[in-house]
Amino acid sequence: MDNREVVIRARGLKKTYKDFAAVDGVDFDVYRGEAFGLLGPNGAGKSTTMKMISSVSQRTDGELTILGKEPNTQGPEIRAHLGVVPQKDLLDRELKVWENLFTYGRYFGLSRKWLKTKVDELLEFAQLTEKRNSKADDLSGGMQRRLAIARGLVNEPEILLLDEPTTGLDPQARHILWDRLFRLKEQGVTLVITTHYMDEAEQLCDRLIVMDKGKIMAEGSPASLIKEYSSKEVVEVRFGTDKNESAAKQLEGLGDRIEVLPDRILLYTEKGEELLAKIVDSGLNPITSLVRRSSLEDVFLRLTGRTLVD
Amino acid sequence: MDTQKAIRFGALRVAEYRFYSMSKWMTAVIAFGLGNPILYLVSVGLGIGALVDANTGGGGVLGVPYLQFVAPALLATAAIQGVMDEVTFPTMDGFVWDKLFFAINATSVSSRQIADGVMITALGRGLFTTLMYLGVLLGFGAIPLSSALPLLFSSMLAAWGWSAVMLAVTARLENDEGYFAIIGRFVVAPMFLFSGTFYPLEQMPIFLQPLGWISPLWHATQLGRFLAYGMPIETWLVVVHFAYLALMGVIGMRFVYPKFAERLSR
Ligand SMILES: Nc1ncnc2c1ncn2[C@@H]1O[C@H](COP(=O)(O)OP(=O)(O)OP(=O)(O)O)[C@@H](O)[C@H]1O
Ligand SMILES: [Mg+2]
Repeated sequence: MDNREVVIRARGLKKTYKDFAAVDGVDFDVYRGEAFGLLGPNGAGKSTTMKMISSVSQRTDGELTILGKEPNTQGPEIRAHLGVVPQKDLLDRELKVWENLFTYGRYFGLSRKWLKTKVDELLEFAQLTEKRNSKADDLSGGMQRRLAIARGLVNEPEILLLDEPTTGLDPQARHILWDRLFRLKEQGVTLVITTHYMDEAEQLCDRLIVMDKGKIMAEGSPASLIKEYSSKEVVEVRFGTDKNESAAKQLEGLGDRIEVLPDRILLYTEKGEELLAKIVDSGLNPITSLVRRSSLEDVFLRLTGRTLVD
Repeated sequence: MDTQKAIRFGALRVAEYRFYSMSKWMTAVIAFGLGNPILYLVSVGLGIGALVDANTGGGGVLGVPYLQFVAPALLATAAIQGVMDEVTFPTMDGFVWDKLFFAINATSVSSRQIADGVMITALGRGLFTTLMYLGVLLGFGAIPLSSALPLLFSSMLAAWGWSAVMLAVTARLENDEGYFAIIGRFVVAPMFLFSGTFYPLEQMPIFLQPLGWISPLWHATQLGRFLAYGMPIETWLVVVHFAYLALMGVIGMRFVYPKFAERLSR
């Protein structure tokens, strides 16, 4: 269906630690220029997959090709064209902000002269210009995150790997980062992003895989996943902790599908307001109620029977 | 991004970065580098040396003044201590504490280049420390100028062997657990005492002499004494001293590379 260039190809990709399969045979393709997401709860195997893509962690089994090369034997050649933002920042805490960027660029064999301008540009990008002479250790968590992201861009990578890029950022910084990532994408950079934030996946990713326990549960664009696995709208009602179960029995048959969570009941339907009116008419009085559009959260709940963020 | 440029000389870039980080501690590095030899010169040279030389009627030990007798050991010790700091702490930092090796390995630098970079830095630091020590010894007229190069050679050979073995050991550590204290107390300190540093090893009871035979410091010291002032040693022993230190390095590195590769590819 697609004649775009495949930059990452995984088939039966597997990683086991002792006899525990952290990634248990996953297949996916990432195309040049797209934003590809790995969505899943804690321990799903997102970081493990990322480490294999970043051509450092050796796979236990399966095939993996990055930019047409074999990571087991051509790691350095591949990594020259990757930008890696690990889940843990791994900054040199003793070095200043600008030094972190500069020394990292030197590892790629970049000249000092070229790096001088590049570092200024990246500081601007990460909004850290004023902090350039601070020790990395003295930055706030969010600033360290931004520095790690800037560092991942120092070699002008073809593929940027971001492992939970916005964890620890405040809402404003998150939105700014999303905007920066959009711009990178416009410049043709391929993005691979792991996250457990639904909104992030919906905002940023053209296509994504939903992972759980090392396996892929579903794959597609956010919209197509929602269409396939959920209804258009969701009614959320709460009756109080002990009453949800009994209320759920009375709600049986209303809506296309019903999910009972410890704190609330979700009813899936095409027309939310109508369904809510029906609930109220039937004499049930929810303490709170809410009609919203379906999200990836609902897709995940449908696929795994669990919520994504606990 | 020029791929070929990126993957070449990674070891030198790792060393460049380590030296850059070290330059922030330059004052301390120099202070230790100069402080140590001066302290030893005062205590060993002026104190023990005067005593020994007086009691031997100026003959010193094995025909040379006492200070000249201990100089090869002092220099090799300085070299060993210089490299020790640079293979142990940065490697623990790289794998365990701040995990900086993982950040470096995410670039085009390979695990082998990281290991080589650590070695280059360590030997650079060892060379620096030894040169300062040599400078002090020469400055105080403790050894003749003709001894300088031979002693630099024997000391750096010891540094090479010792750093490779220590790097191999450190690379295997999954956590700290007081290992540095153990190495310091049970390996380095005894090595200094049982390596024929202050008197010929043959004067020790025979059952203690094997401690010297396995010690790189003893081999470096003997080699240094032979090269610097022609202390009589049989040729085969000279070969053994040289080979022992060189092989320590070669064998150490044979363990270092796969361990670095394994840890970084988990
Ligand atoms: N080095 C390791 N040794 C042993 N087990 C590991 C190792 N790294 C990861 N695991 C295990 O593999 C599983 C997947 O971990 P991974 O870090 O890939 O999850 P994740 O999807 O990134 O989760 P999170 O959202 O918490 O970051 C977890 O159960 C984890 O404990
Ligand atoms: Mg993770």
